Amino acid sequence: MSAVSEQQDTSPAEPRKGLSPRKKQRISRGVQYAVLVVVLVVLAALADWAAIRQSFFNLDVARQGLPDLFTVALRNTVIYTVSGFVLGFVLGLVLALMRLSSVAPYRWVSAIYIEIFRGLPMLLIFLLIGSLPLAFPGFELPGGVYGSAALGLGVVSAAYMAENFRAGIQAVPKGQMEAARSLGMPHMRAMVSIIIPQAIRIVLPPLTNQLVSLLKDSSLVLILGVTAAQVELAKFGNDQSSTFANPTPILVCGLTYLLITIPLGYVARRLEARQGAGR
Amino acid sequence: MSTVEIRNLHKSFGRLEVLKGIDFTVESGQVVCVIGPSGSGKSTLLRCVNLLEQPTSGTVVVGGVDLTDPDVDIDAARRRIGMVFQQFNLFPHLTVRRNVTIAQERVLKRRKDECDRVARENLEKVGLIEKIDAYPPQLSGGQQQRVAIARALAMNPSLMLFDEPTSALDPELVGDVLSVMRQLAEDGMTMLVVTHEMGFAREVADRVVFMDGGVIVEDGPPEQVIADPRHERTRGFLSRVLHPGV
Repeated sequence: MSAVSEQQDTSPAEPRKGLSPRKKQRISRGVQYAVLVVVLVVLAALADWAAIRQSFFNLDVARQGLPDLFTVALRNTVIYTVSGFVLGFVLGLVLALMRLSSVAPYRWVSAIYIEIFRGLPMLLIFLLIGSLPLAFPGFELPGGVYGSAALGLGVVSAAYMAENFRAGIQAVPKGQMEAARSLGMPHMRAMVSIIIPQAIRIVLPPLTNQLVSLLKDSSLVLILGVTAAQVELAKFGNDQSSTFANPTPILVCGLTYLLITIPLGYVARRLEARQGAGR
Repeated sequence: MSTVEIRNLHKSFGRLEVLKGIDFTVESGQVVCVIGPSGSGKSTLLRCVNLLEQPTSGTVVVGGVDLTDPDVDIDAARRRIGMVFQQFNLFPHLTVRRNVTIAQERVLKRRKDECDRVARENLEKVGLIEKIDAYPPQLSGGQQQRVAIARALAMNPSLMLFDEPTSALDPELVGDVLSVMRQLAEDGMTMLVVTHEMGFAREVADRVVFMDGGVIVEDGPPEQVIADPRHERTRGFLSRVLHPGV
């Protein structure tokens, strides 16, 4: 009896065969650092730094883009994005209400719309919109390129936002609708005054992410064929880089996108965190 | 004159029959407390009175209007029936003031200054006028429930429904809500109260209704139903509620 317990007591202290887990971990970390250093050294040795600076960080070329980069390209990108977002917001809200309607055909129409427009690439939507005048001779969208861009970005983002809104509306506690109805509000009035404002708060983070992806997708407006005054960031960068036979403007445009997308992403995460903390 | 008249009310959820033929009336100015074990159908009965639940069969007549008639404007009928919920259900995105004015403004089409006057008057009544610009999540449960009562009263209802109004409250906050309800009863409001507060039922109610298994087992003045119940099921329930753990 005592011999057995002695054996059990001593066993954890016995030296293991091979390396201890802590030692293994230390060696593994050392190897990872070594690989990193080797990769960096090789890259630094092989890269032609002068050529890279000349191609991608050419300040003279970058300066040529100013001030049009901001006053034309960024401005148009923001216009395309915001108009598409507004259209998508309104259409998405209508689709969400249809999706939750007690009238079955509304639910079907909304479900089919959402499935179709979430399933198609944005590029294809823009190709279709671009060919509308061919399909309907004499037909022209109001607002020209601006109208077409808002339509393309709007109809697709509406499908995503509809799903966001639907989830948001369903996340509002049932008692809110009951309280509103018990005060004599008709269903639609209760939706507009009580349910939807709370639902929008709930879906603010996903809507912000939607805005970020719209901003990126607005680059596809170039498919529509735009004039110099209608150019947005991506095409602006591309045009400039052909003009100067230098890719620096593309990099500059990329940085300009990040100037907006990174803060927006930060805002979305903050909103998410605040919601997680409250209630 | 009866304010509420319920005849042969049945309510089923799928195959589960929750109300199995309820007949009962509430006279104008009466306070009726409905007691009974959980699952007895008392909340469902209350929710049938303003048609938050659609009765499966039977009639619900409130203030002379048959709410089960499909031609009745249910929104108009609900304006005259205030409801207070177990979970308060205040609108968390609106201030206390807006909670109390929004239905007056949007449903009754009262003028803004009139809405505000009525809101102040009713918040005064429940003792929370100083919280008029607060948001519901900043208030305690008891305060939220008193605001919910003010919100319902602002519509000048002729009948108030209370669905276990103190069941979600911390024990020390129950008293404030009950005293508001007691005041309301003294002012002559017709009240139908689903509750577990036997003290309130005994002191304030004109009648106590004991429900079990989807039927009304006993219906009478509190001194009879609570103090001297005739039915075995009532006696069993009351001994469990009044002497828990014995």
